[in-house]
Amino acid sequence: MTGAQPLLTVEDLRVEYQTRKGLVRAVRGVTFTVGREKVGIVGESGSGKSQTGRAILRLIPPTGRLTAKRLGFEEVDLLAADERTMRDVRGQRIAMVLQDPKFSLNPVMTVGKQIAEAYRAHAELDAGAARKRALDMLAAVRMREPERVYDSYPHELSGGMGQRAMIAMMLGTDPDLLIADEPTSALDVTVQMQVLAILDDLVTGRGMGLIFISHDLNLVASFCDRVLVMYAGRIVEELRASELGQAKHPYTQGLLAALPRVDQPTRELAVMRRDPAWAMEPVG
Amino acid sequence: MTAPAATSTLGWRAWLLAAEPHSRAQARLGQAYLGWLAFRRNKLALVGLGIILALLAVAALAPVIAGHSPFAQELADRLKPPDAGHWFGTDELGRDIFARIVWGARITLTIVALVVVMVAPVGLVVGTVAGYFGGWFDVVLMRVTDIFLAFPRLILALAFVAALGPGIENAVIAIALTAWPPYARIARAETLTIRGADFIAAARMTGASPARVVFGHVIPLCTSSVIVRITLDMAGIILTAAGLGFLGLGAQPPSPEWGAMISSGRKFLLDQWWVATIPGIAICVVSLGFNLLGDGLRDVLDPKQQ
Amino acid sequence: MTVAVRRRGGLPEAVPSTPAPMLEVVDMHVRFDAVHAVRGVSFSVTQGESFGIVGESGSGKSTVLRAVAGLNSGWSGAIRIAGDAVGPRRERGFYKRVQMVFQDPYGSLHPRHTVDRVLAEPLAIHGLGDAEARIERVLRDVGLGPAFRFRYPHQLSGGQRQRVAVARALILEPSLLLLDEPTSALDVSVQAEILNLLTRLRAEHGLTFVLVTHNLAVVAHMCERLAVMNQGRIVEELTVEQLRAAEPREPYTRQLLRASLGYDREAARNLETFD
Repeated sequence: MTGAQPLLTVEDLRVEYQTRKGLVRAVRGVTFTVGREKVGIVGESGSGKSQTGRAILRLIPPTGRLTAKRLGFEEVDLLAADERTMRDVRGQRIAMVLQDPKFSLNPVMTVGKQIAEAYRAHAELDAGAARKRALDMLAAVRMREPERVYDSYPHELSGGMGQRAMIAMMLGTDPDLLIADEPTSALDVTVQMQVLAILDDLVTGRGMGLIFISHDLNLVASFCDRVLVMYAGRIVEELRASELGQAKHPYTQGLLAALPRVDQPTRELAVMRRDPAWAMEPVG
Repeated sequence: MTAPAATSTLGWRAWLLAAEPHSRAQARLGQAYLGWLAFRRNKLALVGLGIILALLAVAALAPVIAGHSPFAQELADRLKPPDAGHWFGTDELGRDIFARIVWGARITLTIVALVVVMVAPVGLVVGTVAGYFGGWFDVVLMRVTDIFLAFPRLILALAFVAALGPGIENAVIAIALTAWPPYARIARAETLTIRGADFIAAARMTGASPARVVFGHVIPLCTSSVIVRITLDMAGIILTAAGLGFLGLGAQPPSPEWGAMISSGRKFLLDQWWVATIPGIAICVVSLGFNLLGDGLRDVLDPKQQ
Repeated sequence: MTVAVRRRGGLPEAVPSTPAPMLEVVDMHVRFDAVHAVRGVSFSVTQGESFGIVGESGSGKSTVLRAVAGLNSGWSGAIRIAGDAVGPRRERGFYKRVQMVFQDPYGSLHPRHTVDRVLAEPLAIHGLGDAEARIERVLRDVGLGPAFRFRYPHQLSGGQRQRVAVARALILEPSLLLLDEPTSALDVSVQAEILNLLTRLRAEHGLTFVLVTHNLAVVAHMCERLAVMNQGRIVEELTVEQLRAAEPREPYTRQLLRASLGYDREAARNLETFD
C-alpha cells in the first residue's frame, strides 16, 4: 500500500526531558515513513509510542526537547515550520484522536457546537454550513440520530459515541493523516470494532494515512497494514501485520507469547525476560 | 530515586533515600526527607519558613532579646524616634517599642496556636464524617457548617466579645468559631473524592470498622490540604486578631499586642510615624511568612498537584 | 444443588451429602435509584473452582461481584458462602473467608501507607498474632520478598502493586477470592506474570476464584466455567471447552467472541445490538 511518495517521513526522531532525576530519553532515534496506509505503533507503557505520535505534531511539553534529522509531511518541514504553519497543519491536515474523549471534549459545550466550531476555525465556513457539515460527519461516523447527538453534552454520550464524535470532529476538515493514540482502549470490543471500521473506511475510501498507536499487538496485527514495535524509545522491529507470526525480535516474540489466547490453551503464560541489549542503540 | 554522586560521602542521605527501607521509621523519615527536598526548591517558601522560625525564636527568647521591659514607662522618653537606645523608638508612655514587638510575638503565636488546635480537628472530623457517611449525617452537619459560615467573621467575633467581655481568650474563641467551617467543607470535598476509591473499598474488605476507615484512611489524606489552607489563612487570622485588638476588643492594655499597638499609635501617625508603623510592619511580615510557607507546603503536600 | 442449610442457634445443621458450593448466588437484583443494574442473576461456584463472569461495560458484572463482597448493600436475593447465607451487612468473620483484588493497582493501595502497614492492618483487625512471620511469608508467596516491605506504593511498579494487593487479599487466608479485572490496567508482559501468580496461588492454597473481566482470553486461560452477562442478566453459562470450540449457543456470546479475536471487516459490518 505504500505509495511512491510517503505522506510522512520521520528520520532519527528524539524526544528528551530534563528532569530532577537526570535526562529522560523518551524517544531515541526513531525512523519510519507513513503512506496512505494503516501503520500501527505497538509497545508497552513507557515505550515512547505516544511521545512519538505527539512529537509529529510537535505537541510535547515545553520541558521536552525535540530533535530529528528529518520530520517532513508532504512539502512541509515540520521541524522548521513556525507556529502559524503548525496550527494550520494541526487539525486541518494532520488530525489526532486521543484515548479518552472525556478529556478531549469541552464538558460545558454541546458536542455539535464543538465540532462545528472546529470546522469554522479551519475551513472558514459560516455557522449554517458548519452545522450542516457537522451533522453530515456525525452521520458518517454512524451515529444513529445525528441531530440528537449534535445537541448533547459530552457526559450524555457513551464512551463509544464520544469517541466517534471526536473522530467526526477530526475528520470534518478532511485531513491527510490521522494519528490515533489508543483510540479504542477505553471501549468495549464490539464498539471498538465499529470505530475501527470507520477508520478503515476512511483509509480505503479517502486515501487517508493512519498512525494507530496501541498496546494491543493482536488488535494492531488484525487491523493495520504494517506494525512498528517500540521498546524503550526505539523501534526494535518493523514488519507487515500479516507476518506477525514470523517476528524475529525476542521482544515481539515475548509479547506474543505473553498473551493468553482463547484458541490456544496453555498451563502457564510465557514470562518475558528482558535483555538489556534491547534498549541499547545500535552501534554506528 | 537515583541520588546524585555525592551520596557516597553523605551516608545519612543514602540511608534516607534508600529504595528499600528496612524499618517503618526509615521509610517515614525517607518520605519526610523527599518532602523537604521538594519544599527546598521553592525559594520563597524557604523565606516564609525562615520568617516563621525567626518568629518562634524571638518569642522563645523574648526576655533575652528585648533588652527593655515591655511595660516600663519612662514618661521623660515619650515618643522618641528610633535611635541606638530604643531601636524602634518609644510610644506615648515612653515604652520601648522594640521590646513590645518582641513580647508581642508571643501573643501572636499564642493566638495562632490556639486557633489551630481548636479549628483543625473540628473541621477535619466534621468534614470527613459528613462526607464519608453521607445521608442524614451529611445534611445535618453541613447545614450547621453553613450557619456558622453565614456569619461575617469580624462581626460574630465582635458580638461574641461584646457578650463575654474583651480579652485575648475570648477573641481567640470568637475567631475559632468562625474559622472552622471552611476546613469542614474542604475535608468533606476531599472525602467525597476519596470515598469511592478502591483503597477505601479494600480497607472495608479487611473488616475495618467505619471509625477505623475514617481515622486511619480518610483523615490522613485530608490533613495535608487542611494544613495548607490553615497556613494560608493564618495571615487572615492574625489580621482579625489585630483588628479586634485595634478596636479595643482583643488584647487589653498594657498587653503588647500588635493590633492594639497600632490602635494606640494611630493618634500620632503623622508626627511620630514609628509608633503605629512598626507593629504594622511586624503584622505584615508575619502574615507574609505564613502565606509563603503555605504556598510551599501546598507544593509538597497537596495530593492534587503531584 | 438443593442445599438449604438453616442456621439454628448460630450453628449450621448437619451438612447434606453433597458439599455446599463455595458461593451460591440466587436471583440477585441490584438497583441504584432508577437503574436496575442486575436483574435476577443466579450461579454457583464449587469449592476449588475458578468461575468467570464476562461482559461489556454496564453489563452489571462488577456490580454482582461487589454485592458478593459486601461493598454494595442495596441488593435482593440470596448469597450463600459455603452454605451460610450472608446479609447486606457482613460480620468480621466474613472477610476471613472472602477477599477481593481490585482492578486498578494504582487506586487500590492507600498512597500514604507502606506495604507493611497495608499487610499489618488486617492482622490487627482480626487479632491474628505472629504478624512478622505472616507478613514475610505472604510477601514471599507473591514473589516480592522482604525488601519491599517498607516501600510506599509510589516506589512500586504497576505489577508490584498488584502483587501487594494480592498479598493483602491472601494475608487473612481466605478460601474465596474475588478478582475484579485484576490485570486490565497492566501491560501484557506484566499481566502474564500476575495471571501465572494467581494460578499458582490457587493450586497451592486450594482457593476458589470468581474472576470478572471483559477479556475473554483471560477468562479462557484462568477459568473452567464462565457466565456471559449483558444488560444485567446472565445470557449464557458455558464451559471453557465450549468457548474454545467456538460453539456458544447464544448469538450475543458468539458476537463477543468474534469481536475479541481482533478486527474483521466483515464481522464489523454485521454487528448487532442486543437489548
